[in-house]
Amino acid sequence: MLQETTHILENLLDYTRRGELTLRRDIVDTFLETKDMLHDQLDAYRNGNEPDAEAFERICRILQQIAQDELGLRNAVSAAAEKPAAAPTEAAKPEPEPTPKAEAEASGDSETAASGTRQLTITLLGVSAKDRELLVDELKHFGDIGAQSGDEARFQVTLESSESQSDIEAVLCFIIEPEQLQIEASAASANADVESGAAEPVQASTTTAAESAGESTGDSAPGSATATTAAKPPAAGGAKAKAAAKAKSKGGESGTIRVPVDKVDQIINLVGELIITQSMLEQTASEMDIVSHGPLVNGMNLLQRNARDLQEAVMSVRMMPMDYVFSRFPRLVRDLADKLGKDVELVTEGKSTELDKSLIERIIDPLTHLVRNSLDHGLESPEKREAAGKSPTGRLTLSAQHQGGNILIEVIDDGAGLSRDRILAKARSNGLTIPDNISDDDVWQMIFAPGFSTAEQVSDVSGRGVGMDVVKRNIQEMGGHVEIMSQPGKGTNTRIVLPLTLAILDGMSIRCGKETFLLPLNAVLESLQPLAEDIYSMAGDDQVLKVRDEYLPIITLHHALDIPGAKTTVTEAIAVIVQGEGRRYALLVDDLIGQQQVVVKNLETNYRRVPGISAATILGDGSVALILDIADLHRLDRRKSQQRHKAKHHHSVEVQPA
Amino acid sequence: MTAQASVAAIVSEAASNEYLVFSLGDEEYAVDILKVQEIRGYENVTRIANVPEFIKGVTNLRGVIVPIIDLRLKFHLENVEYGGQTVVIVVNVADRIVGIVVDGVSDVMSLTPDQIKPAPEFGVTLSSDYLNGIGSLDDRMLVLVDIEKLLTHEEMQLVDRTATQG
Repeated sequence: MLQETTHILENLLDYTRRGELTLRRDIVDTFLETKDMLHDQLDAYRNGNEPDAEAFERICRILQQIAQDELGLRNAVSAAAEKPAAAPTEAAKPEPEPTPKAEAEASGDSETAASGTRQLTITLLGVSAKDRELLVDELKHFGDIGAQSGDEARFQVTLESSESQSDIEAVLCFIIEPEQLQIEASAASANADVESGAAEPVQASTTTAAESAGESTGDSAPGSATATTAAKPPAAGGAKAKAAAKAKSKGGESGTIRVPVDKVDQIINLVGELIITQSMLEQTASEMDIVSHGPLVNGMNLLQRNARDLQEAVMSVRMMPMDYVFSRFPRLVRDLADKLGKDVELVTEGKSTELDKSLIERIIDPLTHLVRNSLDHGLESPEKREAAGKSPTGRLTLSAQHQGGNILIEVIDDGAGLSRDRILAKARSNGLTIPDNISDDDVWQMIFAPGFSTAEQVSDVSGRGVGMDVVKRNIQEMGGHVEIMSQPGKGTNTRIVLPLTLAILDGMSIRCGKETFLLPLNAVLESLQPLAEDIYSMAGDDQVLKVRDEYLPIITLHHALDIPGAKTTVTEAIAVIVQGEGRRYALLVDDLIGQQQVVVKNLETNYRRVPGISAATILGDGSVALILDIADLHRLDRRKSQQRHKAKHHHSVEVQPA
Repeated sequence: MTAQASVAAIVSEAASNEYLVFSLGDEEYAVDILKVQEIRGYENVTRIANVPEFIKGVTNLRGVIVPIIDLRLKFHLENVEYGGQTVVIVVNVADRIVGIVVDGVSDVMSLTPDQIKPAPEFGVTLSSDYLNGIGSLDDRMLVLVDIEKLLTHEEMQLVDRTATQG
């Protein structure tokens, strides 16, 4: 069953490629439906169930209908004529390299590589006339058919082809059993065996098929389907042949290797180590006298450059093109647009932009959600679009590009845009208090709130109000953020900014007491020395810092993390304004040390999650520095101050564990 | 059983009964040598806030971040000092690498099963749950610590539990 369907589809696709079949929307629909049904069939067989015969028959009928209607009696270019002229026969030529052709050939690719060709004698045993015709048709894809002779019991064909015997065998075994087939590389004299007189009747019938290729190829679509049912090779033989064909096609892809991710990660780790060792050495070398240790210093410089290059090269191993994500959208958009009765053109840009593998896998879900949102809420129906003076076909653009150390992924639609009034109305009805002069950006950010949906109707596409906050959370977990830009009537642009990789972080190193910490640089907005008059107390304990008309809560790092020996006077400390999970606050630290790129090391591998800390890294001197988690630090401080508060009010004698 | 197999059995039995002996104060303890990855000096430990006192922090073990636990603090010993003799035994338990700080490592001992006595019921500090038993060797007494059970126990707070208190 599977075979029949795939054969019909293969043939149709083949005609399309040769330009004999013009694609129309309904044809593509049918093709996609066929693909889905093939999936179902495969699943059914895998689970040991019988596939849905009815659906299958229906699809086959439709496909055959298309084949007949579209190709009909139209004269197609003879398949044989397309072939490049066969090169001189070289019987002794070794087998051509296995190429991924086998599969391509199975689907009827006629462009044979014009490398060495040789003559093959193919002997078919016990094959009916109908199947013979079909096989000869298939053989034509491989090269030039020479003499044909014999009857049902034994039928010989000579073929001039550059393909290897096993490739041909693999293809023919789709139709007949391997035992029925013999292929021999023959000398040119093989032709002499063929007695023209005896062979004439058979030859006549087959050559008509060959010569009037237009008709025969046109008919071969339904023809091959019935023929395969008739032949019905046992599953084992067919599967073996297929496996062989697969193996062949794999063998050709020697340009890539598949490696387990943890092996790559190990290499990345080791290179990280190398970089750390190198910077340790460099520090030592820089203290040496350059005159007496000239070669050493030069060597160090060389080592530094090589180590950096190595690191970059290794990091690039983990990178995958965005195409991996984008390639799944055309189908999704198409189906969804059909369902919603909208006309949508999908444009993807920057497919080759590369992103870390771990990120690429995690971006799929949020991106899918944004695309669904754009289709459902963003783009209007064709009538509405025309009424608004826009082209009835909506345009959805997915783009990816590098921007500094980040990657910028955009979902752009030219739909109605977000409705400020509706969002505000909804926010009010949800009980939010909204300042009168709220900026557009702040309004757009509201749609990321949990349970927020302005859709009047909940559909099975979107509108349940759970999506956007999950999108935002997912992206924040990846160390990125989401921005929305929208203009009424013109469309919406959702921008996802992600770091290129999770393994390396741009950090700002700070000091508090004797300890060094790192802040993720993308969380740092600015730093300043707080003035006494800008600090206000609130409710006794809490303090806020006034920064340009904005009051930010102050979190003291040495309080949150119990750091001994830190500067306790606020005005002596440095306030770093940080932002995480939408919260902005001033973090008080002793000193800023500087910016640096660090290799992120997981704390949970051997230990556990630590409140307020996201990960660790190893500094140039080999010591470990902790990377602060901006959002979690805020929660930690809250908890701590609550505890302090409680302790104070209950006059508790409990001693906090240090 | 063939002679070869019985030899192999003896060898593996002997191997599994080797213990690394270390000292905490005046007491002698021992851990299964197969759990020990390496022994190194105590240096460069980065403190972690808001954790129990006996968790000294984390250190860099050739690129891997490893937590360091001071068993002396865990067992409430007096005179906890860090000097040139302070040693970290790096153990590999439950797919984790953990360093434990001890006062010194003395030797590797082979103990036969009849030298290992069941552990008596102790007080609260070191529950007999964490012990493989007591090893007696001439006039020495070795406390055989089941390091895996000890380190993965909840109260060590080394391993994340699903319900951590807020």
